[in-house]
Amino acid sequence: MTASSRFRSPGVRALILIAPLLVFLGLFFVWPLVTVISQAVSDPAVSRVLPQTAAAIDDWDGEGVPAPEIQAAFRADIVANTDEQAMGDVTRRLNSSKSGFRSLMGKTVSAVRETPDIDLAEVDKRWADPVFWKAIQDNASPYTDAFLLASLDMERDSSGSVAAMKEGTSANFTILMRTLWTSALVTLCCLVIGLPYAMIAASVSGWKRAVLLGAVLLPLWTSLLVRTAAWMIILQDNGIINQSLMGIGVISEPLVLIYNRFGVVLAMTHVLLPFMVLPIYSVLITVPGNLMSAAASLGAHPVRAFLRVLLPLSLRGVISGALLVFMASIGYYITPALLGGAADQMISSVIADYSIKSANWSMAAAIGLILLVLTLALYAVYNRLSRDPVQAR
Amino acid sequence: MSENFIRFQKVTKDYGTVRVVEDLDLDIARGEFVSLLGPSGSGKTTLLMMLAGFESVSGGAIVLDGQKINDLPTHKRDMGVVFQNYALFPHMTVAKNVAFPLEMRGTAKAEVASRVQKALDMVQLGHLSDRLPGQLSGGQQQRVALARALVFEPRVVLMDEPLGALDKQLREQMQLDIRDLHHRLGLTIIFVTHDQDEALTMSDRIAVFNHGQIQQCASPREVYDHPSNRFVAEFIGETNLLEGTVSAVSGETLSLTLPGGTVFQSHGLAGFRPGDKGLLSLRPERIDIYATAPEGVNCLTGEVTDTVYQGDHLRIVIETAAGRIIARINRKAAEWANGAKVTLGFRAQDGWVIAP
Repeated sequence: MTASSRFRSPGVRALILIAPLLVFLGLFFVWPLVTVISQAVSDPAVSRVLPQTAAAIDDWDGEGVPAPEIQAAFRADIVANTDEQAMGDVTRRLNSSKSGFRSLMGKTVSAVRETPDIDLAEVDKRWADPVFWKAIQDNASPYTDAFLLASLDMERDSSGSVAAMKEGTSANFTILMRTLWTSALVTLCCLVIGLPYAMIAASVSGWKRAVLLGAVLLPLWTSLLVRTAAWMIILQDNGIINQSLMGIGVISEPLVLIYNRFGVVLAMTHVLLPFMVLPIYSVLITVPGNLMSAAASLGAHPVRAFLRVLLPLSLRGVISGALLVFMASIGYYITPALLGGAADQMISSVIADYSIKSANWSMAAAIGLILLVLTLALYAVYNRLSRDPVQAR
Repeated sequence: MSENFIRFQKVTKDYGTVRVVEDLDLDIARGEFVSLLGPSGSGKTTLLMMLAGFESVSGGAIVLDGQKINDLPTHKRDMGVVFQNYALFPHMTVAKNVAFPLEMRGTAKAEVASRVQKALDMVQLGHLSDRLPGQLSGGQQQRVALARALVFEPRVVLMDEPLGALDKQLREQMQLDIRDLHHRLGLTIIFVTHDQDEALTMSDRIAVFNHGQIQQCASPREVYDHPSNRFVAEFIGETNLLEGTVSAVSGETLSLTLPGGTVFQSHGLAGFRPGDKGLLSLRPERIDIYATAPEGVNCLTGEVTDTVYQGDHLRIVIETAAGRIIARINRKAAEWANGAKVTLGFRAQDGWVIAP
C-alpha cells in the first residue's frame, strides 16, 4: 500500500523516469568534469610520499626548528617510502621551492635509512634552518593554486605572494585576452548582420520568411568541419574570391584572406550567426505588428519610430544573442586552428596543446576551469537578462 | 465647409485581383460620429486603414479638410488611431505612452506633463501613470490607448473595433464613455465595428458595408426602421421577411398581397409600382398578438409553436399561412400556450417594404 502510493506520487514517478538520464549525465558528464577540474588544483606529489609529515607540519607556526614529533614523522615517512621515483618527484618539487634540496634530500634519505632515529641537524645543519621546513610545509598541502595562477601568467614568489611571471616565459594570458577580443569581434559582426536580418525575417511572412530562416538555419545543419573547409577553399590564394578579383583586374596579387584574423572572424561569424538571429527573431515575433503603425499614427517618423519602439523592444533578444555568440566563440577550436595563423590561436588550442602534446593535464584542466568559470558567469548574466520582467498580455 | 470635412471620392482598393473596396463615396462632417458597420471582409477596416495611411489607395481620392491626402505619410496626417489590440508600447509606462505623440511633436516638457495628466484623468487612470501596460487589465489598456489617441487633439479619431476584446459589461460602459467624450470634446470619430448594438448606441450615422460597398448610410433610427435593402434589414436587428406582390400604391402606403391572398397595408421604399415583387420586413417587437382580430390593423392568424423565455421579453414562434413568424412580446402581455390559435397584428407604419 505505502510502496505503491509512493510510486503514484508525481515527484517520485518523474524521478524514476529521468533516472537513466541522471545516471548518464553523472557518469559521462559530471564525473569526468569533476575529475579533470580536480586535476587543476590537486598536487599530491609531496603529501602522497610524506603523509605523516604533511599531517604533522600542518599547524607548525614557522618559528624556529619544528618540534621533535614533526621531525620524527618526517623520518618515519622516509623509512616507509619504497618508491624511489616518487621520492625523486618530491625532491624536484621541493628543490623548485628552495634550491639546495636536491643535495640535502639525497644526503638525508640515505642517512635516515641507515639510522632511523638520527638527529636531522646532525645529518645536515641546513635542517636547523626553518626556511627548508617552510618549503616542506608549503608543498605539503594536496591542493595548489599554482596551475590556475600559471594559466594567467602568474606565480607565487618566494615570499608566497602572487606576482606576474617574467615577461616572455608564458603567453597564456595574452592568448586568453586574444580569445576574448576575437570573440567580441565575432559578436559585433554577428550583431551588425543579425539584427537587420532578424528584423526583416520577422516583418515578412509566408515563403519569404521560410527562405530567410532556412538560409540562417542551414549552416547549423551542416558539419562544422565542412563549413570551415568550405571557407578554406573560398578564401585561399587561388580560391574563388582571389581568382575572380584578379580575373576582373581589381588586384594583381592575391589578397591574404586566410591564415589571419580576418579569415577566423569571417568563418566564425558565419557559423555563429544563427545564435544571434534566432533570439532576436523570437523576441520580435512577439511584438504586435501594428506597434509601428501606431507610432506612425501618433506622429513618429519611421526612423524615430524604429529608434523609440522597435529597437528597445528587440534589445532583450540582442543581449541574449550577443551572450550566446560570445559564450560559444570563446571555446572555439577548429575554426581558428584551420583558418588562423600562429598569432590567431585561441585559448582552446592552448588546452589542446597541454593535454595532447605535453600531457600536462593539470595545466590543461586549469585553463579549462578558467574558461568554464568565464562561461558560467556569462550564462548567469544571460539567465538574468532573458527572464521576462513583465508578462505581456 | 464643415459638411464635407472628410470625403471619400470613388475610393477603390485592390489586393492583387481581389477588389475589397469598390467606387466608394462617403462624406463625413466635422464633429460627426460615423460607424462603419458590416460583416468581416466587407471592406470597412480597409477603408479606415486607407484613411489612416496604413494602406495605399488603389483608385479615387480621400480628401481631408479640402486637401487630398492619398499620398500623405501617416505620421503627417494628424489622426488618432485606437486599435483593437490597443497597440500600447509594452516597454513604456502609461505616462510615457500617452506622452509619445506630444514628444513627437516637440511639445515643451512642462506642457507634456500637464497634458498627459489631463488626458489620463479624462479616462480615470491618472493614478496608474507609472505602471507598464502589461500590468493593466484589458479595459484599462484600452483607456490608455484612448488617452494616447486624444492627447494631441487630432483632427480625426479613428477606432478599429476598439471594444472587441472587452467583455460585455465593460464594453457597454466604454461605449457610453466614448459617446460622452465625443459630445464633450466635439471630436470627429470614425468607428469600425461588426457589432450592430455598438453602432446603434454610439453613432450619429451608420454606414452599413457589404462586399466593399456602402449599402446604406443614415442615422441609426433610419437604418433600423427603414433599411434600404434586404442585406441591411437582415444584418441590423432581427426581422421577419414576407414576400408578396405590390397591388396598390397610395402616398407612402403600399398594399402587398401575400401568396395566400392576405393583403397588408405597409409603408415602404419609394418607387414601387403595382405588380412589382416586394419584401415586407417586420420587426418582431412591432408585432402584437391578439386572441381576436381587432379593427384597423393588418391581421394574420396562426398557431403558437414555441415560446422562448428571455428574461425581459418572450420570443414567440408562430406558424402562419405566410410562413413562420417570430414575435417579441413584453412580459406584461398575456402568455400563450403552444398550440394556441392567435391573431398577429401590426400597423402600416410598423412594416417596411423593400425590394426582394
